[in-house]
Amino acid sequence: MFVAATLAILAAMALAVVRAIKGPTVFDRVLAGNSMGSLAILLLAAVGFLTGRPEFLDIGLTYGLLNLIGTLAVLRFFRHGDLAYDPGTKRRR
Amino acid sequence: MILLTLMAIVVIAIVTQRSLFGVVILSGAYSFLMASVLIVYDAVDVAMTEASVGAGVSTVVLLGTLALVKTREARADARQPLALFVALVVGAALVWGTLQLPSFGTADAVIHRHVAPYYLQNVVPQTNVPNVVTAVLADYRGYDTLGETTVIFTAGIGVMLLLRGAWRRAQRNRKDA
Repeated sequence: MFVAATLAILAAMALAVVRAIKGPTVFDRVLAGNSMGSLAILLLAAVGFLTGRPEFLDIGLTYGLLNLIGTLAVLRFFRHGDLAYDPGTKRRR
Repeated sequence: MILLTLMAIVVIAIVTQRSLFGVVILSGAYSFLMASVLIVYDAVDVAMTEASVGAGVSTVVLLGTLALVKTREARADARQPLALFVALVVGAALVWGTLQLPSFGTADAVIHRHVAPYYLQNVVPQTNVPNVVTAVLADYRGYDTLGETTVIFTAGIGVMLLLRGAWRRAQRNRKDA
């Protein structure tokens, strides 16, 4: 069963890659990148159970946090045009 | 195998992509694929580093760069036969150099016969650490790791000092204006 799940996750990853490459708009790409991170977490969990080491799940949590940071940075870049690298704008908000 | 194919596709897409933002996203995707490959190879610690540095920090740094650079594209001088020739020769020399190496993963290669058997036999009695890699990094090569962390710490302090100076100057300029 875990083999089937792993194969399904890999197929989903391929679809996400296609969307990230073709993606006509920016948001397609953001979403594809984000779902790629989620799929990496799922793959981590599935492979962990496949090899009989469910301790991998803890690392999946770290991945989730990282994925959130990356997506937030991207979205913030789109909202404000930069990452608030200029400290003056950071004060004003 | 599938993951490696996907990685190759992503790399080709990165090279041919015109939109820089798409390249940033694709490099993040590449990092997650690389992390998945490392997980499959049972190197979870390396995979975590790859995911945090490659997908987390690099995305932010690349986006910051993207905010700073201009969006206009410089005209590329497309045909450079000499450069292509040099690249091909160097690549061929590197490939030729790897032909002499023992094939990947053989247990009797030179690097596996030097100190690795000693570590494998003596890690648990000497250090009580169940993970051999951790024991080698933090115990047998402890001074080496200490030096590395010192270098990174110094670099971090330097970057913080530089950024702080720039921030102070910006504040002063705002007050004057």
